[in-house]
Amino acid sequence: MKPVYIVGAHATSVAEHYEFSLADLALEALRGAFKMVTPALEPERIGAIYVANAFGEALVGQANLGAALASAAGLSGIDALRVEAAGASGGLALRQAAMAVICGTYDLVAVLGAEKVTDKLEDRMEAAQMLSIDSDTEADIGATLTSQWALLMRRYMHEYGYEAADFAPFPINAHSNGKHNREALYRFSITAEKYLKAPQIASPLNMLDCSSLGDGAAVVLVASERLARELTSPRVRIGGSGLSTDTAALYQRRDPLLLNAARQSAATAMQQAGVVHADIDVLEFTDPHSIAAALALEASRFVDRGAAPRHAADGGITVSGATPIATAGGYKARGDVGGANGVYQLVELVRQLQGNAGAAQVPNARVAFAQCLGGVGSTAISHILLAE
Amino acid sequence: MMQPDRPVGLIGYGVYIPRYRIAANEIARIWTDGQSGAPIEAKSVPGPDEDTVTISIEAARNALARSGIRAEQLNAIWIGSESHPYSVKPSGTIVAEALGTTPWISAADWEFACKAGSEALTAGMGMVGSRMAEYVLSIGADTAQGRPGDALEYTASAGAAAFILGPADECLAQIEATVSYVTDTPDFFRRADRPYPVHGNRFTGEPAYFHQIQSSVKRLMHELDRQPQDYTYAILHQPNAKFPQAAAKRLGFTPEQLAPGLLSPKIGNTYSAAALSGLCAALDVAQPGDSILVASYGSGAGSDAYSFVVNEKILERRHLAPLTSVYLERKTFVDYAVYVKWRGKLVMG
Amino acid sequence: MDIAKHWRQRATRYRMQGQRHRETGEIRFPARPSALCEDPAVWEPYILSGRGEIYSFTVLRQSADGFVDLTPYPLAMVRLNEGPLVVAQLTDCEEAELSIGQPVEMVTRRLKDTGEDGVLVYGYKFRPVLS
Repeated sequence: MKPVYIVGAHATSVAEHYEFSLADLALEALRGAFKMVTPALEPERIGAIYVANAFGEALVGQANLGAALASAAGLSGIDALRVEAAGASGGLALRQAAMAVICGTYDLVAVLGAEKVTDKLEDRMEAAQMLSIDSDTEADIGATLTSQWALLMRRYMHEYGYEAADFAPFPINAHSNGKHNREALYRFSITAEKYLKAPQIASPLNMLDCSSLGDGAAVVLVASERLARELTSPRVRIGGSGLSTDTAALYQRRDPLLLNAARQSAATAMQQAGVVHADIDVLEFTDPHSIAAALALEASRFVDRGAAPRHAADGGITVSGATPIATAGGYKARGDVGGANGVYQLVELVRQLQGNAGAAQVPNARVAFAQCLGGVGSTAISHILLAE
Repeated sequence: MMQPDRPVGLIGYGVYIPRYRIAANEIARIWTDGQSGAPIEAKSVPGPDEDTVTISIEAARNALARSGIRAEQLNAIWIGSESHPYSVKPSGTIVAEALGTTPWISAADWEFACKAGSEALTAGMGMVGSRMAEYVLSIGADTAQGRPGDALEYTASAGAAAFILGPADECLAQIEATVSYVTDTPDFFRRADRPYPVHGNRFTGEPAYFHQIQSSVKRLMHELDRQPQDYTYAILHQPNAKFPQAAAKRLGFTPEQLAPGLLSPKIGNTYSAAALSGLCAALDVAQPGDSILVASYGSGAGSDAYSFVVNEKILERRHLAPLTSVYLERKTFVDYAVYVKWRGKLVMG
Repeated sequence: MDIAKHWRQRATRYRMQGQRHRETGEIRFPARPSALCEDPAVWEPYILSGRGEIYSFTVLRQSADGFVDLTPYPLAMVRLNEGPLVVAQLTDCEEAELSIGQPVEMVTRRLKDTGEDGVLVYGYKFRPVLS
């Protein structure tokens, strides 16, 4: 992959930001990202804004988000567009931005993940998330996104002989890391005992194995090599990018427990970057539930199929493990920010690669892996980030 | 007495009773501190995803399975009910679509309180008997509602019975003849746009149920020159446990003749399906040569009486679909709170 | 109000009409367009038996709009006898009765009430086989 860089990254806290609009959150994230850049860039250096958002229509009542957020930033006239692939929107926006920069169309693209969910109540949030699964044959018959993961979890337990309790290390790890993240929605630890007692949401998924949606915005600034070299502030290189798709409907997959798109996108990204699994120091996955993290780890070939819960129980996913995940809390503790999740992942990995991740810092992290999924892995985008 | 030009019979039959029950004493617990006598033991309660259309579909599938004909051979599909899910829009087209009989079929819904289903049966006899049709599917189905606290709440239940009428030479039970007796007797009614029916209490007895049913049964037996003891089984509309037993006694039928088709003590009043599901239960146990007398009753008011003779085809066909006893034994009791939730009696705001 | 969207699927939803490949005999459900590389007429209508077994199941205690009255309700992936998997609600059962591999049969039930002035949506669900 030709050289292209992230030169600034910032995220708002994930919270119930009742007093802030989508534009308010977007502006806070943009301002924070530009603050990281020295010497300061004039706003006219921004070639384009790529907005990553999944729920604008359903939860804000606003489409045309490129123009809406660009004008909110006082940048009317700029190239601006919105990228949507449900929960994979953030990763997809980064990929599109990187390709545009590599093509030479722009020197700098602001990738802006922004989601405002709390203007609506829970039933509308659930309905918005259902938009990512197949409408006619899944959502219309009463399936929700959460229930799809629950179906996979029950089958996984059946095929590999696990109990629900075996998944507890995933949310325990997420909360253990998230409590150090000032931007996390939930900054507390949980225990295996609490996990076992949590009420069922969509059995076998319980409340402590389900993420909560929150409001937030995150920005990464994607720059050309030429621009990056003008800057004195630190940067991170985007080493590889892979996009792949799977069936929109879960039941159409020959092997539902294999996230094919995740597998393909991870392989592409690693091949482009010229890295192998052992090179990767820190990872971010779409992990609203343990089963999602487990299947993504396996699909991406970090662990063997059927081995993820054992790997987690052995400490493999903690900051000191072989595959540290959710170092900022993951979807579970940081909060689920819909189409902005992919950008939050990048902000965290930039921190890790620049040694700014605080208590959840993976020592000497040089190579990072980010993967975000739309729906139940019907869209998957993986990126490799490299410390410079 | 009405008899078709061409002899007509049942070539298939099917019943459906929902899985859920509420005990009469559970309803009494709410409204009379348990101090009232219960007209039945329990009534069937439709699940939260059931209505007259869905229970008709299952009964019809059972009837088709027993008939040996393909769905597309049906010429008409008629559903009698007082609880069609739409006031305007036929249940029949939905059921026809589910069976795969559309589009070349006649379809309509019937209404005559609890004898809407038997009206559909009589009409089907006419269609097949006149050779306008080879096969007609006639269904009686209801998911009846009683006003909370009203006497009807103890009995108004859910069930469906479906029959495929065809030429007698293909049948498992021939219909010898039928009579219809009607008078304008407003013992029970529901005005347009009202959720619950009202009834005239004791007025529903003598001038209504007993008068119409006794008239139709006596007339039919008289015209066919039969005596009560000529019938193996008798099935009378069963709004509760007491009425059909009292009417049977007056007409000269024994408890043994009544027993196989007397479902109301266990499942309540299934309205349009009440007499007809009793017929299904009798067919489940009948032997070749047995005869069955059936009399429906519909408020408003009227009664249709039929005389059936069962033949040897019953033996090979009855096991092609679930017997009535399978549905009777499949039962899960719910409490009044769940019943209220499922039956749309909660104000959801 | 969604009318056409549900009407269009009546054969699929009411009687599980899927497709059979005219050459290979493969059966799939629900019907969908032939792939770009296929002869558009290679898939013919085919009605499935409605019999299968539970591949996986869950019980939803949190549901979305349109299903609140039904909550909690079970949902399953069912491996149909003809081969395809389908996602559908289970009905007439409780969670404790369910297990992976259990035989189930299709019933047509009310899927959704779209409101007092809306259509009733009917479609397939599955229940443990009757007897």
